[in-house]
Amino acid sequence: MALTLEQMRHTAKLARLELSDAQLIELMRPINALMEHFERLQALPLDEVEPTSHSIPVFNAFREDVVGETLPREQALANAPEARDGLFIVPRIVEE
Amino acid sequence: MNELLSLSLAEISQKLQNREISAVELTEAVLTHISVAEPQVQAFITPTPELALEMARQAQARLDSGERSPLLGVPIALKDNLCTAGVRTTCASRILHNFVPPYDATVVKRLREAGAVFVGKLNMDEFAMGSSTEFSAFHPTRNPWDLERVPGGSSGGSAAAVAAHMAYATLGSDTGGSIRQPAAFCGVVGLKPTYGRVSRYGLVAYASSLDQIGPITKTVEDCAIMLNAIAGKDPHDATSVNLHTPDFRDALIEDIKGIRLGVPREFFAQGVQPEVAETVRKAIGLLESVGAEVQEVSLPMAEQSLAIYYILAPAECSSNLARYDGVRYGLRVGAEKGHIGMMEATRAAGFGKEVTQRIIIGTYALSSGYYDAFYLKAQKGRTLLRQQFDEVFRQVDALVCPTTPTPAFKLGELVDDPLAMKLADVLTIPVNLAGLPGLSVPCGFVNDLPVGLQIIGKPFDELTVLRVGYAWEQLACLQDELRMPRGLAKVLA
Repeated sequence: MALTLEQMRHTAKLARLELSDAQLIELMRPINALMEHFERLQALPLDEVEPTSHSIPVFNAFREDVVGETLPREQALANAPEARDGLFIVPRIVEE
Repeated sequence: MNELLSLSLAEISQKLQNREISAVELTEAVLTHISVAEPQVQAFITPTPELALEMARQAQARLDSGERSPLLGVPIALKDNLCTAGVRTTCASRILHNFVPPYDATVVKRLREAGAVFVGKLNMDEFAMGSSTEFSAFHPTRNPWDLERVPGGSSGGSAAAVAAHMAYATLGSDTGGSIRQPAAFCGVVGLKPTYGRVSRYGLVAYASSLDQIGPITKTVEDCAIMLNAIAGKDPHDATSVNLHTPDFRDALIEDIKGIRLGVPREFFAQGVQPEVAETVRKAIGLLESVGAEVQEVSLPMAEQSLAIYYILAPAECSSNLARYDGVRYGLRVGAEKGHIGMMEATRAAGFGKEVTQRIIIGTYALSSGYYDAFYLKAQKGRTLLRQQFDEVFRQVDALVCPTTPTPAFKLGELVDDPLAMKLADVLTIPVNLAGLPGLSVPCGFVNDLPVGLQIIGKPFDELTVLRVGYAWEQLACLQDELRMPRGLAKVLA
């Protein structure tokens, strides 16, 4: 089940990580060591088992629909790499 | 070193309440000690001496007005993945190196209200991913027992700071052992509460279905005091559970006659060093000699836990860490590359190798065509593990076993070995997967390094876990030996 360089490139792209082939190849060794370790799960009798996403059975955590405080805009923008006119500034998305 | 520093939280709290020392004097003494010990241990990312003195003055005013509460005026410190309003919170990552949260985590808010004094933010593995604190983007932390060794991780700074008496207690977070493993390595007490016992609001998320905040302290009593302050339902965290929060100090009774303790066979295999197993078995024997009923039990799925964890945790992390994209906070690199190019460049520059590795594993495990083979299988495996725990807890009240397979390893020793480092968590991970409470208490030494006894309980039964831990602590009489870590003592002498 080892990942190939091609799969590494594709996954890095999905994860939005700009990594060179040299960096990906370096990461392949630890990643594929884990992939090999995962093989042991294939032998488990799991067909009839329900998946658990959450260890404590909590369902439908309702609360009252009340108006609360929100973060003032100034504070929400305080950590932004770039902000202007009360907005987050990002590189241009739409071409002129 | 000022002898007040080696007292427990409960002891120093009494002195504050009896006016034997003021909160400001005490905080000054702690800050002076930090200035001497910290260059050796490097437990902090951001010390906050000015904030500490300000909080100490406020605490003293409350003490002067007659208010009494166990944390009022007590210097503590926080893992740097807990949001602190106005104080930089980095997660030991380049990508958050300049992030100043606009709000407090719920646990931070509660400690503030209880009057605790914050002396700083503590080092950790980047985004809590690691077992040695060597994956911090800033610097490694050293184990106060042997400065050439790791303090464990990911809450390595939290454990080392308590062991080195730079704080009376700290908070850590535990996703696969990140409180208990460093507590064991540093000879202190660490508790991972039941999932849902403590609000995660304001804890920077790693793997949301496993993460839980908990205390690291010098004694079990201190642990109960800290848990009292942070536990309880929080409207900001829908996974926090609406259950009665007991007074956890009720657990502090020495008598454990009739308590049924299970010894899980698999937790003495899996690479557990024979000397560690022997030390823990001796402790269990002593508990039996004072009336605990001990029986061997089996949890075969525990041996699959590492595989299950390293699918589920990276899958959740790949989703949680998608938010670091250079737009709203943190690092931004490559603004000239367009918005996608900027995100890719920012994330590549901002995350360290271990985090990048886990994001890739998690993204792959969740990607189209592989979901059933990895993520779904791991979730089903988690169900089987939980069922086996449920089964065992029909026969016993708590489980006792080692916290870690070995004592602390050397700095650099495992950093390049992809699996060996992860095996340091092999005995703690099953507890997170099942959502259970787990406590590590010091139980002896192997080659002059502390070893931890792990006590695992039923969901929301922290009382029994703390009770067994307290009974052991009273029996063991290790307090004098644990008081001053040898490595630090040598360089400070």
